[in-house]
Amino acid sequence: MGEVTFHDVSKRFSMRVDGGLHHVQAMDRVSFKVADGEVVALIGPSGCGKTTALRVAMGLDPANGGRVTVDGREVHGCGHDRGMVFQHAELLPWLSAKQNVMFGLEMKGMRGAELRDTAEKYLELVGLSDSQNRRPHQLSGGMRQRVGIARALAIDPKVLLMDEPFGALDAQTRESLQAELLGIHARTGKTILFVTHDLDEAVLIADRIVVMKNGRVHDIMTVPLKRPRPDLGIVRGTTEFAETRYKVWRELHDDATTVH
Amino acid sequence: MTDIADKHSTNSAAAPDAEPAERRQMPRWAITFSSVVGLLVLWEIFGRDVNPVFGSYPSAIAVAFWELLVSGQLWSALLESLQPFLAGYLLAIVVGVPVGLVIGRFRVAEAGLGIYVTAGYAMPLVALVPLLILWLGLGFKVKVAVVFLMSLFPICINTWLGVTAVPKTLIEVGKSFVAPDLVILRRIILPATLPYIMAGIRLAVGRAVVAMVIAEFFTTISGLGAVIINSANNFDTATMFVPIFILMLMAVGLNSLIGFIEHKVAPWQAEIAGRDRE
Repeated sequence: MGEVTFHDVSKRFSMRVDGGLHHVQAMDRVSFKVADGEVVALIGPSGCGKTTALRVAMGLDPANGGRVTVDGREVHGCGHDRGMVFQHAELLPWLSAKQNVMFGLEMKGMRGAELRDTAEKYLELVGLSDSQNRRPHQLSGGMRQRVGIARALAIDPKVLLMDEPFGALDAQTRESLQAELLGIHARTGKTILFVTHDLDEAVLIADRIVVMKNGRVHDIMTVPLKRPRPDLGIVRGTTEFAETRYKVWRELHDDATTVH
Repeated sequence: MTDIADKHSTNSAAAPDAEPAERRQMPRWAITFSSVVGLLVLWEIFGRDVNPVFGSYPSAIAVAFWELLVSGQLWSALLESLQPFLAGYLLAIVVGVPVGLVIGRFRVAEAGLGIYVTAGYAMPLVALVPLLILWLGLGFKVKVAVVFLMSLFPICINTWLGVTAVPKTLIEVGKSFVAPDLVILRRIILPATLPYIMAGIRLAVGRAVVAMVIAEFFTTISGLGAVIINSANNFDTATMFVPIFILMLMAVGLNSLIGFIEHKVAPWQAEIAGRDRE
């Protein structure tokens, strides 16, 4: 199981600007549900609260109102039931790829041979068996994010939370990682909630797309593409892809006053 | 670059074994070496014209060095100096790094203790030497204390600075995997701060050597400091220069040793920073 529910979640940030206290309503009574095994994309203009939603779900930021539950249990801080993939991978630069994966597992209490075997298994899953002893700076950007995904998956969380995981990569690397993520999802059946600003990515990967604007859920759309989607090139050629992509584009651009 | 272009246009197929006309660069050590030799030669030439009470020159210093070495005086002075130096310096590392980590990590510690570290770093600690003599006497203990106090603050303040510079996202990695505070401190903040700690330890070497000499001048006259004072009192200027050189070499040697250790314990740092220069 791995069901994530946002119940009327609100989040306000305060900051000092020129001596005055300003409040920013990053999330305003956000409610939606991610079913077990489902892939949901959070999309919206920058500053719409999509990353905040993910951080609240991870437990890195507390909500000011409402609650997030995972399988009915309310989120209070971080937990091993959720695995986070950061935007720039955020690997620990002094550890090798394998040690980075092992770090997450050690925090879960795993030791000895099981620890090493599990780390190796997940590096193999993301295709990095040959590079497991390299440090992050000896890996390419795409390889680093693969390690980031392996580290999050290795602790066997119920939900994978991803914060613009491929946003910092070049187009070609991004496409191969998108395909790989779909493959990983097909094999593991993990629930995935990911933030993106890339329309194509949202439609290609997600089952449903949550469009956010000004801290609110603007619309929730179902992607009418079947699973599995082994060849993203074919998916891109379908009329369903083009239509859904256009619909989401319209949602994002339907009022001229959108704050960027 | 023009050389390569010319070569390609004239004989593209022939002579692949011909050396490209690359300008030979003088290696760095050779530049440093010629600079030092040049300075010593100049000093040797012009130093001979100065009254030997007020100055000296390299060959006279070398003779004085040989005499001190043969008599065994140099070794015993060096050992006598090194003991309080190492004790005070190592103690400063053992105390300074954890204190800096705690001050950098915990708001209460920063507000409560930060001010003393800043003050201790900024104030001339030499002013405390008479007080330390009153407390600890004139022997080994007071020398350790002077070295300790003068090297503690650069180590502490650098560690503190390093902790505040650790990217927040790396700490969040620890949090998201539910690492306890102490594990985050030991396994994320400490390694991320290591380059800063090493910089502090390096800065402290210079201050620790100064502190050692000050202690030898103002407490029981001993070690290399005593050789300086005694030879100055005898107007034996050439001999006076010997410990000065030893101290200089010692500081430079320790500095490069720490650089070497830094490269060993934090090899990723050089990968990130890229140290190539013109």
